[in-house]
Amino acid sequence: MRWGWLALAAMLLAYPWLVAGSASGAFLQDMGALVLLAAIGAAAWNVLGGYAGQISVGHAMFFGAGAYMPLLVYQHWQLPPLLGMPLGVAASLVVAIIIGFPTFRLSGHYFSMATIAVAELVRIVVGNWDFLGAAIGLQGPATARGWYDFVFRSAVPYYYLFLGVLALLLLVTWQMQRSRLGYYLRAVRAGERAARSLGVPVRRYKLYALMLSAGFTSLAGSLYALKTGFVDPDSGLGILVSVQMIIIAALGGAGTLLGPLLGAMILVPLQTATNTWLGGSGSGLTYIVYGGVIVLIARFEPGGLVELWHRQATARLMRRGEARHAA
Amino acid sequence: MILLQVVVGGLLLGAVYALFSSGLTLIWGMMNFINFAHGEFVMLGMYAALLAVLWIGGGPVVFGLAAALGLFLLGVIVYFALIREVMRGPMLAQILSTFGLALLLRYAAFWIFSPNFITLPHTALAGTINLAGILISIPQLVAGLAAAVLATLMHVALMRTAVGSQLRAVAEDRTAAMLMGIRPDRMQALAWGLAAASAGIAGALMAISFPFSPAVGETFALTAFVVVTLGGFGSVPGAMLAGLIVGLIQALSAYWFGPIYKDVVVYGLFVALLWLRPQGLLGTA
Repeated sequence: MRWGWLALAAMLLAYPWLVAGSASGAFLQDMGALVLLAAIGAAAWNVLGGYAGQISVGHAMFFGAGAYMPLLVYQHWQLPPLLGMPLGVAASLVVAIIIGFPTFRLSGHYFSMATIAVAELVRIVVGNWDFLGAAIGLQGPATARGWYDFVFRSAVPYYYLFLGVLALLLLVTWQMQRSRLGYYLRAVRAGERAARSLGVPVRRYKLYALMLSAGFTSLAGSLYALKTGFVDPDSGLGILVSVQMIIIAALGGAGTLLGPLLGAMILVPLQTATNTWLGGSGSGLTYIVYGGVIVLIARFEPGGLVELWHRQATARLMRRGEARHAA
Repeated sequence: MILLQVVVGGLLLGAVYALFSSGLTLIWGMMNFINFAHGEFVMLGMYAALLAVLWIGGGPVVFGLAAALGLFLLGVIVYFALIREVMRGPMLAQILSTFGLALLLRYAAFWIFSPNFITLPHTALAGTINLAGILISIPQLVAGLAAAVLATLMHVALMRTAVGSQLRAVAEDRTAAMLMGIRPDRMQALAWGLAAASAGIAGALMAISFPFSPAVGETFALTAFVVVTLGGFGSVPGAMLAGLIVGLIQALSAYWFGPIYKDVVVYGLFVALLWLRPQGLLGTA
């Protein structure tokens, strides 16, 4: 198991260097950065949706808060975009409390409905507010004034920045899994009434999970803004931003540590490939497939690929055990 | 005078909201399940009406019935193919199933019908009437009145007919209903059919007077969430009252603050409700 982790870490660290020699090296490095970014968003969603079982369908609002703030401080006050990151996290936490505090008393459906309604509310308001760029959006610095602007031509610096944040998030998630918070959240997911009757402060711990999730989602949004240097209501706050996080986490395995990374490794290259083959007209088709895949996961395998793999591995072990028994 | 006209227009649209929201609240009452694809059902009702006008012709009665029938079938199919299974699964499966379905239906409609706004080619209904100085468009009047009648019929059918009592029995206590010889599975399938049909007719009625595109579904889903929360989850009379209120609030905020803000005010109302009165107007905590 420990060797598996080391191999994964070594592979992720060496990836930009390994593909650098190939003809499409820059393209592959860029895609690697995109995979990691998508994995950060999905892993952040996973803390709440996977571990605590509270399904947000509006995480785009936290992503958007993180994406808008860095570009906002640059556009209006020419400050380094990096300074907007904590503002994005702060805004996300405020919104998280506004939604979570009232809805976590109620059935989980209320939380899901509130997330999509508030996300839509934020998108409409931002799309009509000139200070926030309205429908046109905000731009970051075109060329770096110094290292602190985080504008690089190559994707490699972004790759390692994203890798660092992903490692931090997975470390936090792993620690959470083994801590009181993790046990409480799994108890809440398995049965809220039972958890409450055993003395778990359900509402408070769901709020903790939401705030942790919202904060890291906001970081993902900031990293996106640093890399692309541009955000508008669709790319920062649209419903498809939320869909992307959900489908990656659910495909890989909601409530597992590495599920989101696995999901991102499968989905992002697939998405890039379909966009290249089908061109602009293919984007609609992509989302038909996304919808279909989400329905199929919900219907047949809510645990995602990690769960499927675990089951197969267990079955194989059982068979091997039986064979030895027979001999 | 203009204010009065805005009020009447809001109430007429509110009656249509009441109709499709009744479907959403019926399913919640039956099985504590939120259908995130309900707005897409309304949208499909609009396109069903369009296809009926193009292929069969005829007036609102024909395409209204076509939309109702088509969506009823879709609702029953969705129940048996998807909902019945995910009900046994975790929360994740319950919410993602209809959320994924909403995406699938929305983008399939984009693919088939193109993302452009369209209107019904021509219907027998047009023009306005002058009621004591208030101008009311005839399509909106017909849609509002028909929706009010249908929503009331649905409520009466639930309260007064044998099938209605069976539906309510399953909502009250599934096991006890089963012991009385009611098959919950059939009743839940019927509820999904009725809910989808109410969305379908509501879509067809709105298609008479408003242009539509595949993207309109999301707004209707959110509107239905607000209406159902305001009316109290599971309460059909509550949804009818709340539908009228939401229609009125939307019309007034569009009139006072500008059309962009009509949804902002309604979604804001939703968040306020969650804080102050999550059980709704007619619900109990």
